[in-house]
Amino acid sequence: MEAIAFYTFAILTTVMFLITVLTNHALYALSALAAGMIFISAFFFMLGADFLGAIQIIVYTGAVMALYAFGMMFFDTTRTVVESRTSPQIIFGLSGVAALTIVAIFVAPIISGNITALYPAIDGVGNSQMVGMVLFTKYLIPFEVAAIMLLVAMIAGIVLAGKKMDQSLTLMKDEVECETKEKENV
Amino acid sequence: METAYFIETIIKIVVILLVFSALAGFGTYFERKILAFMQRRLGPMNVGPFGVLQIAADGIKLFTKEDIVPTNAVGPIFKIAPVITAATAFMAAAAIPFMPQFTIFGYTVHPIVADVNIGILYILGVMAVGFYGPLLGSLASSNKFALLSAARAAAVFISYEVVTGLALLAPLMMVGSFSLIDFNNYQAGGVGDWIIWSQPVAFVLFWIAAFAETGRTPFHLVANDHEIIDGFGTEYSGMRWGLFFIGEYANMFFISFVIVLLFLGGFGDGSVFGALMFLLKMAFFFFFFLWTRAAWPDIRPDQLMWLCWKILMPLAVLNVVVTGFVMMF
Repeated sequence: MEAIAFYTFAILTTVMFLITVLTNHALYALSALAAGMIFISAFFFMLGADFLGAIQIIVYTGAVMALYAFGMMFFDTTRTVVESRTSPQIIFGLSGVAALTIVAIFVAPIISGNITALYPAIDGVGNSQMVGMVLFTKYLIPFEVAAIMLLVAMIAGIVLAGKKMDQSLTLMKDEVECETKEKENV
Repeated sequence: METAYFIETIIKIVVILLVFSALAGFGTYFERKILAFMQRRLGPMNVGPFGVLQIAADGIKLFTKEDIVPTNAVGPIFKIAPVITAATAFMAAAAIPFMPQFTIFGYTVHPIVADVNIGILYILGVMAVGFYGPLLGSLASSNKFALLSAARAAAVFISYEVVTGLALLAPLMMVGSFSLIDFNNYQAGGVGDWIIWSQPVAFVLFWIAAFAETGRTPFHLVANDHEIIDGFGTEYSGMRWGLFFIGEYANMFFISFVIVLLFLGGFGDGSVFGALMFLLKMAFFFFFFLWTRAAWPDIRPDQLMWLCWKILMPLAVLNVVVTGFVMMF
């Protein structure tokens, strides 16, 4: 049963990400990316990590939704995008090397048999509780640093986008319309 | 045991599918009738007694209508978008305990399809996926009004997901579990134990966000008739449009169930009276959706964003902080 589920979702995920990479169509790429991200959560559920699976869905649907917004701004999403590839060989080589390196990094500990659970699962404790325990003991500092980084990013975003924030766009438009009407009247 | 569990799950899935589809159909009838009475009209009257069979007439119409896919639309995505809306609305119902468990012919039945201990996160996730229906449909149909609707869908989704999450955080801190059954048991002591009394702010925030998540008036911006025709639905016809419709109504029922379970005691201690009250409370929230539609105008998109980021989100954060302090001391 588990093997069937694993292979089904493995094939689905791979196909989805292949579509994402290979298509020239912004809408296909984004939709396949979203679908792939959701299919990945199936592996978390199969491994009993319900909490991480649900978080995977929530985080990535939101993240890909933001990409859709960019897609809407920059492309006509119903047309194919003409990409200018100056050198396909270099692209192929670099992406291949990067992929192989990542595989090597993840496979190395499995092959050497050096993989042990630092914080093994505790019986009778819920999934989310276990994540919380590790997050607030072993990984407290990274957790807080990440929070500070997000705060910095948020403040920077507000500063960048916040120019002329005290002026209302809606009211500005009305003024312009009023002016043109006045000119027309004159 | 294994086969019994298998058969039980399939039966439960079929029952939920049928009940929610029927509810969605009756939902349209109730909406038309209630809106009509509030506007001193009669509503549907001609088909069957009090126009009840209007649902069947509408169903026949939707099923037999020609299904048009516009030439410039992105075919596959245009076709799959309504399915996403309807499917996610039904999938979300899998994590809802509809009734207390009961025994029939010596076999204990749990009226919940998947009793996952992260029920609330699952619901949030599926609701988030549900937003892809209108978004994909409008992006794929190559229509100006649909594109406007897509932009609004993305903006509303990204904003109101924040409010929903933060509003739920405070009750979650109190109960200490993501399971909807734990939420129900926490409030099983009676009316005094309902979370609404200890978390009124979270309740109101979640309720407001529910209007945005289901896209109902006054936040009906994604398919606002008088500005952008039917938004994502402009190019749709026949049963595909009908699927969007079923999804919308199923979502309204589903979110009414969730509000009652989270804040108003759910099915209480598990008696028959509690189960009946559960349905009544759910019906009130569904009625409230229709009531606001009759009573309120739609607001502008910029007002919606203003409300979300300048009022609801700060309130939600304050609520979480205050809850934390109260629980600590």
